[in-house]
Amino acid sequence: MDFLRPATWDEALAAKAGRPDAVPLSGGTDIMVEINFDHRRPDALLDLNRIADLREHTREGDGSGAPYIRVGAAVPYSTIVEHLHGPLPALALASHTVASPQIRNRGGVGGNLGTASPAGDAHPALLAADAVVEAESAERGVRLVPIDDFYTGVKRNCLAPDELIRAVRVPVADGPQQFSKVGTRNAMVIAVCAFSVALHPRSGRVRTGIGSAAPTPVRARAAEDFLAGVLAEERAWQRRGALPPSAVREFADLVSGAASPIDDVRGTGDYRRHALRVMARRTLAWVWDEYRDGHGDGYEDGEGAGACA
Amino acid sequence: MTATRCPEPTPTHAAASSAGIGASTLRPDGILKVTGEFAYSSDLWHEDMLWGHTLRSPHAHAEIRGIDVTEAVRMPGVHAVLTHDDLPAATHYGLEFADQPVLAKDRVRFHGEPVAFVAADHPETARRAAAKIKVAYAPLPPVTDEASATGPDAVLIHPGRHDHRSDAVPHPNIVHHQPVIRGDDGAWAAAKARADVVVAADYEVGMQDQAFLGPESGLAVPAEDGGIDLYIATQWLHVDRQQLAPVLGLPEEKVRLTLSGVGGAFGAREDMSMQAPACLLAMHTGRPVKMVYNRYESFFGHVHRHPAKLHYEHGATKDGEILYVEYRIVLDGGAYASSSASVVGNAASLGAGPYDIPHVRGEALALYTNNPPCGAMRGFGAVQACFAYEAQLDKLAAKLGMDRVELRRRNAVGEGSLMPTGQEIDQPAPVAELLRRVKALPLPPERDGGWGRAAAGEDVDVRSLPGGLSNTSHGEGIRRGVGYAVGIKNVGYSEGFDDYSTAKVRLEAVAGEPVVLVHTAMAEVGQGGVTVHAQIARTELGVDRVTIHPADTQVGSAGSTSACRQTYMTGGAVKHTCELVREELLRRGRERLAHRHPAWLAGVELVLESGKVCTHDGEPIADLVEVLGEEPIEIEAEFHHRPTEPFHPRTGQGAGHVQYSFCAHRAVVEVDTDLGLVKVVELAAAQDVGKALNPLSVVGQIHGGSTQGLGLALMEEIQVSADGALIRNPSFTDYLIPTILDTPPMPVDILELADGNAPYGLRGVGEAPTLSSTPAVMSAIRDATGLALDRVPLRPEHIAGHVSG
Ligand SMILES: Cc1cc2nc3c(=O)[nH]c(=O)nc-3n(C[C@H](O)[C@H](O)[C@H](O)COP(=O)(O)OP(=O)(O)OC[C@H]3O[C@@H](n4cnc5c(N)ncnc54)[C@H](O)[C@@H]3O)c2cc1C
Repeated sequence: MDFLRPATWDEALAAKAGRPDAVPLSGGTDIMVEINFDHRRPDALLDLNRIADLREHTREGDGSGAPYIRVGAAVPYSTIVEHLHGPLPALALASHTVASPQIRNRGGVGGNLGTASPAGDAHPALLAADAVVEAESAERGVRLVPIDDFYTGVKRNCLAPDELIRAVRVPVADGPQQFSKVGTRNAMVIAVCAFSVALHPRSGRVRTGIGSAAPTPVRARAAEDFLAGVLAEERAWQRRGALPPSAVREFADLVSGAASPIDDVRGTGDYRRHALRVMARRTLAWVWDEYRDGHGDGYEDGEGAGACA
Repeated sequence: MTATRCPEPTPTHAAASSAGIGASTLRPDGILKVTGEFAYSSDLWHEDMLWGHTLRSPHAHAEIRGIDVTEAVRMPGVHAVLTHDDLPAATHYGLEFADQPVLAKDRVRFHGEPVAFVAADHPETARRAAAKIKVAYAPLPPVTDEASATGPDAVLIHPGRHDHRSDAVPHPNIVHHQPVIRGDDGAWAAAKARADVVVAADYEVGMQDQAFLGPESGLAVPAEDGGIDLYIATQWLHVDRQQLAPVLGLPEEKVRLTLSGVGGAFGAREDMSMQAPACLLAMHTGRPVKMVYNRYESFFGHVHRHPAKLHYEHGATKDGEILYVEYRIVLDGGAYASSSASVVGNAASLGAGPYDIPHVRGEALALYTNNPPCGAMRGFGAVQACFAYEAQLDKLAAKLGMDRVELRRRNAVGEGSLMPTGQEIDQPAPVAELLRRVKALPLPPERDGGWGRAAAGEDVDVRSLPGGLSNTSHGEGIRRGVGYAVGIKNVGYSEGFDDYSTAKVRLEAVAGEPVVLVHTAMAEVGQGGVTVHAQIARTELGVDRVTIHPADTQVGSAGSTSACRQTYMTGGAVKHTCELVREELLRRGRERLAHRHPAWLAGVELVLESGKVCTHDGEPIADLVEVLGEEPIEIEAEFHHRPTEPFHPRTGQGAGHVQYSFCAHRAVVEVDTDLGLVKVVELAAAQDVGKALNPLSVVGQIHGGSTQGLGLALMEEIQVSADGALIRNPSFTDYLIPTILDTPPMPVDILELADGNAPYGLRGVGEAPTLSSTPAVMSAIRDATGLALDRVPLRPEHIAGHVSG
């Protein structure tokens, strides 16, 4: 097995172009498990750990009015929890549920995207936040992939063989966000299923993400549209009143309906649908209460929604 | 021997006056373990060594039509490939029945059964070579449960079976069957007729794994005399040797075992794992061979706790006097017997629980199936029964409208009670008192105003709620429940087994100071024997410096580190041998120094304290070193517990057990009733330990046992596919064990009511807490949800959607 250790991002892209079969190695918390169990036997490993840039996060896009955090592919979960919970609440909550402190110090979102497991905890949060993946190749440069287009099948993503993930651009939250995951123990557990919801008051949209309940991470689009419709109709963004219980129920049902879960060792399909309904109901209540209480003062909330209503 | 990091003597030094029995001295290996310095068996290394690997069956049941090793043998770096036909001597082994093939011959009987062994110069090479072995399997339908095992056309797992139980069993696919009958037929009918209230139900217990953290590993080194030296993590060196020698075709004295660092056991190291393959490969190649299972293989490489189906019926008067109990316990032993027969004996004899019930009709049996083999695990047959009878007691109390603890206390056994086997409990049995104590503890405070306020927007620490960091509830759907349970466990090997231990103690003067060397074959698996043996030697011989010799087969058997027996048995052997050493020392004193002090000949009791011989009033009359002289005293002696009897094959009558131990728990839980998630808020225990030789270790055992029981209640299960008998979750990703966030505060109340038969009055500690913890947690969840919950582990879907508003 060849072990390639590029010192810079450009070298890494060149190496990947020259050896498209080389498997990138970031925190190694997925890939080393696979190699140790001989599930995978790559001819070459492309170690990205010398590239310090990948562990950086920066705030960008302020001028454009759509600020985002550019999270380097190798920024470990522990950094996201500690430093990015303000601008990226759902991703930080999701990051906090990943594994154990040791794994959170090594693993990051780039690796979670690379593996693209339906059970990866970052995915529902990235879907809800409307993230964009920065994929890059030596030949074609940067390609911005909306998260909605990223997942293509069970443990498959849309990266080309010569591409690497440079960073994920996650919009700074303009409203409350939540993430919730069911596991059968109280820490260090792979999701039985997971759910994330983000209110986007600026655009009047609601976005969601569902984990571990379909072949890929998915959004509950019907639920999002339904809720955005109710909020607009009731002028709820402006009035900040209580949500009608029937709307909450309908939202929860639509979330549950968006999943296509199977029975496996971690749980039954029926339970997953049920749990999604409960998580959708609860997390919606949490984000809406937060919005009503104006806890979202840090968000640039209200304005946009007001304008389009 | 050039093996590095092989076991070394453990010196300990502490004042005999303050670090004898009853003191919480610290483990000599404690710091090494928490800092990662401790050498486990997986750290063994030898120049020139090869790596062994096992090829295992992917089928639970199949005929082997042929094995082609050609390609594997040709691989560079491969030194040996062994199949059944290469075995040099005995081809089968086993703890109680020699029914397990070292390598499968023409049939595999469980998923993961060994089919070939490979030795290569690198572990990867060995693995790859194994993958190149072509085995032609013809899959057969698996036998998976009682119906398929004992039905009319049942395929026999071991056709032509011939062992000490085979004549007595109702069906050849039943390993062992043990009825227990108390009271004659007439009285039975009358008791049934008198019952005002009857509770009957079926229960199920899933397959728990011991989940020790240090997987199976060891190093076999061929010796110049044609024998073999095996460095190994095991629970009983001598029983390994007894099974190994015939397989290797060697006399026992040429098979020498030395205990290596053991990373937990809990019963999973009672059966052999890589012992035979490592030795066979070493003998075949003439090179040292190391084997280490990875976590995946470990799930296939040891026996598990028997999954069980149980049926119970209790009848009581309206005042809560239990009149009769009927139970049937069906344990799935899997493909090979392991210790199933003894597990059956325990389940049957302890199946009525710690209750004085005049009429008992019980039975337990273990099946042969194509499921993974099951055998010893902490609690050994008493765990499954305890879950069921304690659930029954809850239901009975509910039906009677009686307090759950009161019902238990009313029917509890005490000293002098008869067990259903007719055996009198001739030692303290403070069951009612233990229950009283856990109930009297203050309850952990509830959140002010309950969790509702939190749900209404107050900040919460989600770690204190069901779901923990997964952030599933901020107080919604949470209900609190409180539950109780108590259990009874036997200590030591039962049913007439002469279960002895041996200790060799050497007392000598080194640089003018008395030093004691304690040498036993006791397997230190984490239970703290190395700590306690030094304490005993200090107390008995009044010496500060005590060194614990590595455990090996150069000394007599210590028996197994299981059944809560090592402090009792090997502790007893160390005590007994120290007493003999003391006698010899005093004999020397009388011979040599009688002229110095009248006490030598006065026939008064002399004691050893702080390196001196003293009179009973504490007057020093001689220095220990002076009495000893130049010549060390070294004595090896055995300790036997009082004999027991086998259970009668049809009535189960007999004084079968050495000692009983009791633990009671109170669990407080919070349940997310919508999602079916549970947070155990507190798990309090009260246990009678007879005498706490090391209180800190005792509390550690109770904490560990309670946590393992909590795991069985809430998450720990090896899932086996119903149709294929295949293990579905052989990894710590999906076989979940409690993390520290799942482990609640565990207050422990220790009683010390001496058992007159036991050394220092002590009682085995490690298993009883594993029994009652599971049903206590389940009882609390029942209290919170109102659901019956007749199966463990609980799954979220057993609660979610079933709890009414
Ligand atoms: C004990 C344990 C517990 C775990 N628990 C969880 C959990 O609770 N939730 C969860 O979601 N995950 C969990 N995981 C999985 C794992 O930690 C995560 O998926 C993590 O995000 C992987 O990140 P990494 O940096 O370690 O990835 P790596 O293992 O280095 O890589 C993972 C994959 O991504 C590819 N890759 C990495 N970086 C790039 C890049 N820059 N460009 C293109 N491809 C790339 C790799 O080639 C590989 O295919 C757990 C793992 C372990 C070992």
